[in-house]
Amino acid sequence: MTEIHIDREALSVLREVMEDGYPELLDTFLADSESRLDELKKTVDATALSEVAHSFKGSASNMGAVRLAALCQELESEAKNKSPLDIARLVADISSEFADVRPIYEDERQHALTH
Amino acid sequence: MQAQEPLTILIAEDSAADRLLLSTIVRRQGHEVLTAANGAEALEVFRRQPPHLVLMDAMMPVMDGFEAARQIKALAGETLVPIIFLTSLTESEALARCLEAGGDDFLAKPYNQVILAAKIKAMDRLRRLQATVLQQRDLIAKHHDYLLNEQRVAKAVFDKVAHSGCLSAPNIRYLQSPYALFNGDLLLAAYTPAGDMHVLLGDFTGHGLPAAVGAMPLAEVFYGMTAKGYGLAETLREMNAKLKRILPVDMFCCATMLCLSFQRRTVEVWNGGMPDGYLHRIATGERLPLAARHLPLGVLSPQAFDDRTEVQAMAVGDRVFLLSDGVIDTTDADDRLFGVERLQQLFAANREPDNLFAEIEQALHAFRGEPRDDVSMVEISLLEATQVVPSTPVYSDSGQSCPLDWSVSFEFRGATLKRFNPLPYLLQLLQEVHGLRTQGGAIYSVLAELYSNALEHGVLGLDSSLKRDAAGFASYYQQRNARLEALQDGYVRVHLQVKPQGAGGCLVIRVEDSGKGFDVARVMERPLDGVRLSGRGVSLIRQLGHNASWSDEGRSACVEFFWEVKA
Repeated sequence: MTEIHIDREALSVLREVMEDGYPELLDTFLADSESRLDELKKTVDATALSEVAHSFKGSASNMGAVRLAALCQELESEAKNKSPLDIARLVADISSEFADVRPIYEDERQHALTH
Repeated sequence: MQAQEPLTILIAEDSAADRLLLSTIVRRQGHEVLTAANGAEALEVFRRQPPHLVLMDAMMPVMDGFEAARQIKALAGETLVPIIFLTSLTESEALARCLEAGGDDFLAKPYNQVILAAKIKAMDRLRRLQATVLQQRDLIAKHHDYLLNEQRVAKAVFDKVAHSGCLSAPNIRYLQSPYALFNGDLLLAAYTPAGDMHVLLGDFTGHGLPAAVGAMPLAEVFYGMTAKGYGLAETLREMNAKLKRILPVDMFCCATMLCLSFQRRTVEVWNGGMPDGYLHRIATGERLPLAARHLPLGVLSPQAFDDRTEVQAMAVGDRVFLLSDGVIDTTDADDRLFGVERLQQLFAANREPDNLFAEIEQALHAFRGEPRDDVSMVEISLLEATQVVPSTPVYSDSGQSCPLDWSVSFEFRGATLKRFNPLPYLLQLLQEVHGLRTQGGAIYSVLAELYSNALEHGVLGLDSSLKRDAAGFASYYQQRNARLEALQDGYVRVHLQVKPQGAGGCLVIRVEDSGKGFDVARVMERPLDGVRLSGRGVSLIRQLGHNASWSDEGRSACVEFFWEVKA
């Protein structure tokens, strides 16, 4: 199954909108995402988990990380119903999805700085 | 449509990336951006620099967007500061919470520039609309205050004029809204020099200041002419001519004017366009309608104006009741009129005359469900002449030029007797003599009595015994009007003589007429009772003046008045 990870169209809109601020936006998103992932891994309370997932979903969707946003959406809405094991698995999925897309954003950043 | 003016927009968003992205988009659309990372910060920024519009993330740490929105709306007060919630919330319950907290719109993530620009524009329109509404509301409130102040000033000025009269006399009871003037209602009362009482209840067309402007000249004529001793006919003529001259065509004044004579125990009535008034005879319980027989004041030209009045006999304690059309034109929820019939039922049910106003008011209130402010009612009762104490006029001259030794003779002939009332002029002349001023009322009463005796019994040959009862009374005044109308010949002569006498002086009044005279000896035999309707004039003259005598078979009457100068 070849799922779409990144909405390339969204990235080009962001590039256009942000102009010189594009690298900073990418940096901010990556740093922000790191801290949200840390929070997800630490948090046990279902409600708090759901809220962090909600915020993460918001910025992921803005940044065109469509699969990451979808995984966050699942965590947000299912946090209260899933078993701790399922939740741990879902957080691991989110973490690995972020690890997968991260190089793409770093490439974008590199590309923007050198052009 | 003109280009949008730059706005100051507060972005409250905890996600740094989203905040950066949104700030950049909004700035690129030409607006100034303020940022906050949570609800508490957003409030802080708002207090420091109130923005035009807020973009608010719903879920934020420290203070969430819902609470921040509530507090921002409270801080903004009446000013509309639109709040657009930034959210990827999908549940309708959460969206409803945004609205409850005061949110005006939503923007979903991921952000779409075009939609964001459109929403900012729409919210800005709404914001401006609200500002315009507030501005206009304040303007209307200002105009309203201004208008009320104008009315207050106008009313204060008018009250000075209106209250120069005798509305506070013990025999007058009235009910009027404090701002009746601005409904066109007008109530005036004043004593004549002879101690009679003139009362006018008027109702100008229209409402507000236009209805009130005519009241001032009308009141001036009323008070001026009443004080000088003019009767109803002359005063009404003058009021009609003045209103006709100064008011626009569609404005006029319905009015009932009365002259209540405590000496003669009569009421003279002119009703132009007002609802029926009522003469309540206490002895029989009868309520005689005083119906409108004329067009309102200010409608007809001076030539066409009809000043004919009706005279009714009254007994002590009888009451005249006048009302404005606000009473009978009161409508209920189904637009039914209160009407004359309901008023008459109230009359019939009334046991205690002093409660009548309260009963009418209560009935109107019950009928309409709320009070009206254009209801005017007045009730005047006839007192014993001795109970009436007219205020003495105040004179401003020093008395240095006071004439003390003179005489004058007038002859008023047929055509003049028809229309002209010489009494005010004669009285004014006599008022030049300082020593006579304190007796002005008595002199005027005697002069008026002598003059009307000479005219009515002498020149017109009317039989005073007709006035023995109320029915004869009415026919007496009908005959008087008819004979006066047909009058060709005849005269009334008035001789006034003022002589110094010791430290004071003496006034001799002699009035002669061209009539048949009367049996002086028989009239003089009557006791000085002054109670019967007929022949009261002679008693009055003998009581108020000195050395009253009749000669030339009753065709010539002579009375004297004396004064002494106080040291």
